[in-house]
Amino acid sequence: MGRYVARRLLQMIPVFIGSTLLVFLMMYALPGDPVRALAGEQHVDAAQIAAMKADLGLDQPIWQQYLNYLGNLFQGDLGNQIGTQRPVAEVIADAYPITVRLAIFAFVFTVVAGISLGIIAGLKAESLRDRGLLGLTLVLISMPSFVLGFLVQYFFAFQLGIAKPNVSLEPTNTELIMPAIVLASLSLAYVARLTRTSVAENMRADYMRTAVAKGLPRRRIIGVHLMRNSLIPVVTFLGTDIGALMGGAIVTEGIFNIKGVGSLVFEALAKREGATVVGVVTLLVIVYLACSLLVDLLYAVLDPRIRYA
Amino acid sequence: MPDTTALKGTDAPATAVDAPPATDAGPAPGKPRSLWSDAWHDLRRNPLFLISMALILLLAVMSIFPGLFTSASPRDANLAEHYLQHPNWGHFFAPDWLGYDGQGRSIYARVVYGARASITVGVVVTIAVTITGLVIGMLAGYFGGWIDTILSRITDVFFGVPFIVGAMVILTSFEQRSVWVVILSMAFLGWTSIARVARGSVITIKQADYVVAARALGASTTRILTRHILPNAIAPVIVVATIALGGYIAAEATLSFLGIGLAEPTVSWGIDVSAAKDQLRNAPYVLVIPSVMVSITVLSFLMFGDAVRNALDPKMR
Repeated sequence: MGRYVARRLLQMIPVFIGSTLLVFLMMYALPGDPVRALAGEQHVDAAQIAAMKADLGLDQPIWQQYLNYLGNLFQGDLGNQIGTQRPVAEVIADAYPITVRLAIFAFVFTVVAGISLGIIAGLKAESLRDRGLLGLTLVLISMPSFVLGFLVQYFFAFQLGIAKPNVSLEPTNTELIMPAIVLASLSLAYVARLTRTSVAENMRADYMRTAVAKGLPRRRIIGVHLMRNSLIPVVTFLGTDIGALMGGAIVTEGIFNIKGVGSLVFEALAKREGATVVGVVTLLVIVYLACSLLVDLLYAVLDPRIRYA
Repeated sequence: MPDTTALKGTDAPATAVDAPPATDAGPAPGKPRSLWSDAWHDLRRNPLFLISMALILLLAVMSIFPGLFTSASPRDANLAEHYLQHPNWGHFFAPDWLGYDGQGRSIYARVVYGARASITVGVVVTIAVTITGLVIGMLAGYFGGWIDTILSRITDVFFGVPFIVGAMVILTSFEQRSVWVVILSMAFLGWTSIARVARGSVITIKQADYVVAARALGASTTRILTRHILPNAIAPVIVVATIALGGYIAAEATLSFLGIGLAEPTVSWGIDVSAAKDQLRNAPYVLVIPSVMVSITVLSFLMFGDAVRNALDPKMR
C-alpha cells in the first residue's frame, strides 16, 4: 500500500510539471503583453517597456522563465502580480475559500441527489419512473450552466422573490445554495446516469439473487450488497469531477457575481497577469491529481478484490 | 473475414444516414449480422434516434442555408422602431415572431443565423479531436512500451488542464477570434478522452486471434492498424465522440457567453445570451430564446449519441 502510494506520487511529478509547462507556454508563448496591458491607453516609450520587461524577467528566453518559475514554485513562491505588486499566493489565498465552499456545496449536492436519483431509476430499469428520470438528466446535461443559472435567477429571484440575484461580497452559506445547485447540475445528471446503469446491471447479478434468497432485508440488500458493487464507476467519476467543479465554478461565479477564483482568473486574463493565471491553474491541477490518487485508493476500500502491492 | 465485415461496417452507417439503404432487408435469416448492421437495425426503430436525427438535419440545413428560414438579416438593427419589441407569437417565421433584442434586431433571424457557428464548431472540433485522439490512442495502445509511456503521460498532462480554463487562456491571446481560432483551441485541449478510449480499445483488440493471424501471414503494421484494428476498435470511440459533440457546442456557447469565444460580427447564440443578460428582468425572452436554441441543439446531439451507444453496446443486449 505504502509503496503503491509512493509510486503513484512519483508518477504525478512528470504530469504536474507537464501541465504547468503547458499552461505556462499557452500564457507566455502566445501573443499578448502584460506590460502593454498595464499601460493601457497611455503612451509608453519603448525604452521604458524594455526596462520594465528586464525588471520582471520577461526578456529572458521562455525556457529560462519557466525554470525560474518552477524553482520559485518549489519554494512556495508563485511570483507577484505585475499590476498590484501583491504576491500571487496571497491573492489566491484571498479568493480561494469562497470557491472551495461553493465547490464543496456543489459536490455534496451532486453526491446526495445524483446517487439517490440513480438508485431510484436503476432499481426499476425501463420503468416509466426510470425513463422519466433519464429524460430529466438529459435535459439537465443539455443546459449549459449559464442557461440554467439565468433561468434559476429569473424564477427564484425575479419572479418568486425568494432569493437575491447576486450574492453579497461575503456570502453566507444560504446565499451560496442557488449557485451551488447550478454548478452541480451537470455532474449531478452524470452521476445519476452512471449510478442508474451500474445499479441496473448489478440487479441482475448472482450475488443479488443469493442475497434475496437468503432472506436478507431489502434495506440491507440495497444498502450494502448493491451499493458497494455499484459505486465503483461512480466514485471514479466523482474523483475527476472535483477538478471539473472547480473549473466550472469560473462560469457560475461570473453569473452570480461571486468574487472567487473564477473572477480572479477573469481579471488576470484581461490584464495578461501570467503569474496569477498559471498559479490558479497549477492549483487546479494539484487538486485534480490528488483526487485521482484518492479515487484509486478508494477502489480497494470498495472492492476488497483489488489489492495494491 | 474480419476485413469484409469491417468494410461493410464502416460503410453502413454513412449510407444509412443519407438515404434508406437498398440492403434494408438485412442479411438472410440465420446469418449473423455484423455489429454495425445490428446497431442500424435497432436504431431505425428507436423513436429517440429518429427525433434527434430529424432535429440534427433541421439544424444542419439551417446552418447551411439560413436564408431558407427567414428573409430578415440578423445584423439589421432598427433601434427606433424595434427596441425590445415583444414577440408576436402568432406571426410564425416572420421577423417579429420572436421579438427584437436590445439593439432592435430580429431575434428569430439571429437565432437562425446563429446555428452556423455552433454546428460548425461542434462538428469540426469533434472530427479534429477524433482523428488526433485515434492516432495517439492507437499508437500508444498498439506499440506499448516506451511509446505508450510517453504518449499516455502527454495525454495525462493535457487531461489535467481544466478544459474551459485552458481554452480561456489560449483564446484571450488572440485579438481577432474567428470560428477557426475557437475550433483550434478547443481541439488542442479536447482530444484526451478519445485517446484514452481508443488506447484501451486497441489494447483489448490487438490480442485477438485475427490480429495475430494477420501478423503471422506477414501483413504490414500499417495494414494491421488500418484494416484490422481500426474498424474493430472504433465503436467505443464513435460513442464518445457523438456524445462529446453536444458538449463542444455547449462549450462554444459558454466561451462566447463569457466574451472570450466568438466575437461580433459572427452571430452566435452565446454572444446573444451574454448581450441580453442585463435585460433579464424586463425582457426575459431576449435571453431565453437563444438559450433554448443552445439547449435543444445540445439535447439533440446527446440523444443521438445516447441512441448510438445503446445500439452499439453489446452489454445492453
